[in-house]
Amino acid sequence: MSKRAEIVEWARDLYEDLDFTSVRRWLDVHPGRKACGYLPVYAPREVIHAAGMLPVGIHGGGDRLEIIRGDAFYQSYICHLPRSVIELAQSGRLSMLSAVLFPSTCDVIRNLSGIWKLLYPDVYVRYIDVPQVPDPEAAADFWVGELRRLLGDLSAISGHHPSDDEIRSSIALYNDVRGVIRQLYALRQQRPWDVPTEELYLLMRAGEVIPPEEFIVRARAYLGAVEAEPKRPRDNSRVVVTGAFCEQPPLGLIKSIERAGCYVVDDDFLLGNRFVTGVVGLEGDPLRSLAESFLHNEQRTSVMYEGDASGKRQLMRRRVKDAGADGIIFAAPSFCDPALLDQPMLRAGAEQAGIPCIAFKYAENSGQFQQFREQAGTFSDSIKLWGGGTAA
Amino acid sequence: MSTALKDRSMLLQKEMIASHFARLERAPENKEPVVYTFVPGNLVELIRSFGALPVLPEINALQSGMRKQSGDYIAEAERVGHSEDVCAYVKSDIGMLRSGNIGPAGTKIPKPDLLLLSYTGCYTFMKWFELLREEYDCPAVFFHVPYQGDGVLEPEHREYMLRQLREQVIPALEKATGRAYDEEALRERLTLAAEAEDHLVAVLQSAKHRPSPIDGYFGTVYYVGPLFSAFRGTPEGVEYYRTLREEVEERLAAGLGPVTPEGQLNDQKYRLVVEGPPSWTHFREFWKMFADEGAVVVASTYTKVGGTYDFGFRHNPNDPLGTLADYCSGCYTNLNLPSRIDMLVRYIREYEADGFLINSVKSCNSFSAGQLMILREVEKRTGIPGAFVESDLVDPRYFSSANIKNRLESYFQMIQARRVGGLA
Ligand code: SF4
Ligand code: SF4
Repeated sequence: MSKRAEIVEWARDLYEDLDFTSVRRWLDVHPGRKACGYLPVYAPREVIHAAGMLPVGIHGGGDRLEIIRGDAFYQSYICHLPRSVIELAQSGRLSMLSAVLFPSTCDVIRNLSGIWKLLYPDVYVRYIDVPQVPDPEAAADFWVGELRRLLGDLSAISGHHPSDDEIRSSIALYNDVRGVIRQLYALRQQRPWDVPTEELYLLMRAGEVIPPEEFIVRARAYLGAVEAEPKRPRDNSRVVVTGAFCEQPPLGLIKSIERAGCYVVDDDFLLGNRFVTGVVGLEGDPLRSLAESFLHNEQRTSVMYEGDASGKRQLMRRRVKDAGADGIIFAAPSFCDPALLDQPMLRAGAEQAGIPCIAFKYAENSGQFQQFREQAGTFSDSIKLWGGGTAA
Repeated sequence: MSTALKDRSMLLQKEMIASHFARLERAPENKEPVVYTFVPGNLVELIRSFGALPVLPEINALQSGMRKQSGDYIAEAERVGHSEDVCAYVKSDIGMLRSGNIGPAGTKIPKPDLLLLSYTGCYTFMKWFELLREEYDCPAVFFHVPYQGDGVLEPEHREYMLRQLREQVIPALEKATGRAYDEEALRERLTLAAEAEDHLVAVLQSAKHRPSPIDGYFGTVYYVGPLFSAFRGTPEGVEYYRTLREEVEERLAAGLGPVTPEGQLNDQKYRLVVEGPPSWTHFREFWKMFADEGAVVVASTYTKVGGTYDFGFRHNPNDPLGTLADYCSGCYTNLNLPSRIDMLVRYIREYEADGFLINSVKSCNSFSAGQLMILREVEKRTGIPGAFVESDLVDPRYFSSANIKNRLESYFQMIQARRVGGLA
């Protein structure tokens, strides 16, 4: 097996393992240590790590989990993610988590934090309310306070109260994590044939359940393997996929898009792993640096308020331009408020700029990909025939 | 009880609404600034202290539902690309805007000079005003109300809100209205607000009596209207609530129930607590299903979205900005699930209810996501089985009369059977 295939298979095993065996193994070989889960989209993993805990991404059960108990918690008109997360929890698969963080992504995740409090009173539950206001000082003070409190609470659970230097080390580590992710994304943008999105995605998923140190090693090895085993470019069109930042599309859907002749050159899958766009400073009060970096973040996403009145209109043009893309696929989970409420604004901006767009909805357990494949195939063909968007 | 007295509060409310909308229509020519804001966490005293007129898009949307116009508005919004899956209030509003922006009183709604986005426990609010900003190309200010994830307002969260009020919200209002912040004017409004709130609480708590002189859901959504929208902190608001309270106290003294679509409900067979918003498109029909069975609602959570006054909160003129922060933080949508459950359990006990119903609306994740858990927990803690029905606020496609009626009928039969069996 080639080096690349080896890494991809390793990542696939982690992705497919709904029992979080790697997390349990980590806990076994680190007696006394604890694991802390987080839901999409943004949670400050540096803080979890600094408290000596293993950060574990909870991204639902995909299309591989049979929902037996989860449907009893949610009406049919609520997205699929929370029911599979409840299923994972109620079947005992998340029992190794001592804490779970619920980011301010939407009302479903917000209310799920309350459900967790009721179902698992022994687990530490925290709603992560990030600042939405542009005012730097009040917002920074608020966010530093939240981070400090989170660190204090997690440290009390783990029994490890980190020094400032230890916090800085965790920050530096996650700077590296984001650095290598950016490298991977940049490489895919330049040579999408060399970094198929299916592979990149699996690698990202693996990164959600293994220690960051190990992720960096594997990701660098993958980069090396890509250089060692270049592939042949195809006559595909280049697309941005957006709207899939929370409930994840099934792998089959990602593959269908690629097989239909689209190179994905930008996406928002698992966005939390690269949410902070800048490098967090290592000087001064580390939590303040972390807070400041969040406030000066250039990430634009549906889960954060857009302070700039023209921001929504400009966003997709910019992303298409930056990625050198020809078109946009709006892929949103069914019933997803953030993605679907944003879509008309984003799409209007894109279409005004003459960028071809298509949209479809999915659920993490969608099983039939034929229709997605046909839609993406037609889209790709029409781009080739009529040309793609050249966002100015 | 005199009919003249009974009708007076309704009449007053009608007049208040009509004159407010007439004034809104003339606002551009009269150079009166207009500020849009949401019901939960609305800072209406502050807005009015700047001489601005408030517009509450949710109220317009629900009114469109009641006037059976929301279906067309939603269709219009979906035609221009809004998803079938999202909150129908937003789509009703966008559809209304695109259809000429004629509001509930048949008058034109003016464009906002400012969108005051009070972010109070509903994610959709954020998107709604981003969408309106696209439509109107107007300024917006974001007021972040931290969610009570742990069930309490933490002091640093209160401080954060105060700073935002001082550093963001007030300057934005100053800019939009051309007036300076006048704390005295705000205090006066807060004093009026507290007075009206006292009256409202007396009205709400009258339902502890048997028979209840009010319906704590269908009737009360009318009662809370002025206080949850444009009239808190106004003399008309106080006048309305004083009048309403007198009427309710008269009914109470006379041992009379509320007026329902089926007439006066004096013979109250079932006392219920309700969670979730009503279905505005089928409001009377839904209410009638209760009244037909002799069921009165004694308390509801939806009537607390604009403030949880019955748990003691009052706007406090001695702490003008602090009280606004406390108010926003305590609105029902900003409470976590365990607090919502506590509230329902408390209502069931204090109002001696023999049943509770959840109306789960498709539009609203803020309310609906987690309601099945609420159902289970409340049942567990009170020993009373609950009923669960599904519909929507303003999207008529999701109201199935036959299903809901069947569900309610069998629920009432079940309560009756438990009584006969000595279980309740
Ligand atoms: S998929 Fe969308 S609606 Fe569902 S939990 Fe995620 S962000 Fe919320
Ligand atoms: S989602 Fe719910 S709370 Fe939010 S605007 Fe819609 S109906 Fe209101």
